[in-house]
Amino acid sequence: MGVNPKEWAKRIIEGDIRAASRLMRDIDDRMPWVSEVLKELYPHTGRAYVIGVTGSPGVGKSTLVDVLIEIFRGKKLEIGVVVIDPTSPFTGGAILGDRIRMQRHSTDSGVFIRSLATRGSMGGLSRSTSDILRVMDAMGKDIILLETVGVGQDEVDVVNIAHTSMIVMIPGLGDDIQAIKAGILEIGDIFVINKCEREGAERMEREIMMMLELGARREDGWTPKIVKTEAIKRKGVKELVEVIEEHRSFQEDPERKKMFLQKALRIELITHLKDQITTRILDAIGHEEGLSRAVDEIISGRIDLYSKSEEILNRLMC
Amino acid sequence: MGQKRKIRILVAKPGLDGHDRGAKIIARGFRDAGFEVIYTGLHQSPEQIVEAAIQEDVDVIGLSSLAGAHNHLFREVLRLLKERSADDIPVFGGGIIPDEDIPKLKEAGILEIFTPGTRVEDVVKWVEENIHPRG
Repeated sequence: MGVNPKEWAKRIIEGDIRAASRLMRDIDDRMPWVSEVLKELYPHTGRAYVIGVTGSPGVGKSTLVDVLIEIFRGKKLEIGVVVIDPTSPFTGGAILGDRIRMQRHSTDSGVFIRSLATRGSMGGLSRSTSDILRVMDAMGKDIILLETVGVGQDEVDVVNIAHTSMIVMIPGLGDDIQAIKAGILEIGDIFVINKCEREGAERMEREIMMMLELGARREDGWTPKIVKTEAIKRKGVKELVEVIEEHRSFQEDPERKKMFLQKALRIELITHLKDQITTRILDAIGHEEGLSRAVDEIISGRIDLYSKSEEILNRLMC
Repeated sequence: MGQKRKIRILVAKPGLDGHDRGAKIIARGFRDAGFEVIYTGLHQSPEQIVEAAIQEDVDVIGLSSLAGAHNHLFREVLRLLKERSADDIPVFGGGIIPDEDIPKLKEAGILEIFTPGTRVEDVVKWVEENIHPRG
């Protein structure tokens, strides 16, 4: 794109929606020029509060996000929304349909919604997510709602990005033992039992409470909260927002803030380094073709996988 | 790293008609062709469609209409795109659209119109041949 990075960043900060939206696309498409623009935006970030919404498919994540947008807009806050749906492993295509539940906000200039596909990423987010959140942050969004793909038990990346992580569940899914499994249940700052009019909501609440009491105390000292909602009828959502705000004030303690940032940036830096190193290696060996040549050498038995990998790395380091 | 961009496409149903089977089938066809399809559901106003297209940075908008209001709604989408300086995003349409309306819609700026009976593969092929994500 023939725009200089400074000018591009300036437009985004001044509220040019198209400039922002195009940068997000270029980030997602891994265009080489984005890092220069992100560098310009970086000093304008760090203000937005990110709320992660995760849980199995069909529990009502998008509906809950839609209602949260409404409530936060009522408080005159600017809202960014990132919704993630899976990429087909076979065709690379995706149907991104989370917007359906929140389209009524699409003409509200205080709301910006962006759908992303996982594009092969495993942790419930896309590789581009943290950079795209940063663009929204620079756009001046006060709150960013981050809805992950419908997750199972192990997609927990959201916790490293979101200041508050909400796990959305519904009664009647899975047996008791699901609740004590490791993984997703360990990361929730807030547990939302949605569709709570259904049978089993109370039991589910007791089970989660028990699981939380049995578990070791959390390192950060926060006691996870449980909220029952029926998002579609706006039941329990006011309480949910109160709990989010409670967790937010907890997170905003300077010591806590520092801890969160240290952990988040550490992970992001490592991820970024890995990405850059991989790109450099692929550039050096000639991408697909070079990769195929190397693989052929391994198959033919001329060299083993480990020695080949060392050889490539050594060539790069010299 | 100059990898090929995926086509991002918005599939939208403007207006009041309540049938989205066709739109869903076409969305599925696009997905199977490797596109990223943003599907916004039924009863979309032209304003909602245009804002979604901008926020999602799509390469093209596909409008489906079965209820006869295409002349007004399709044109309104084009007008709003222009108003938002986003008229570089091309628009095509499909659905129950009388033959005599087609030339007029094309003249107004709708790139192509697909009528009932068109095979999904042909629509996919048309998109692949005519829509090119920016460099």
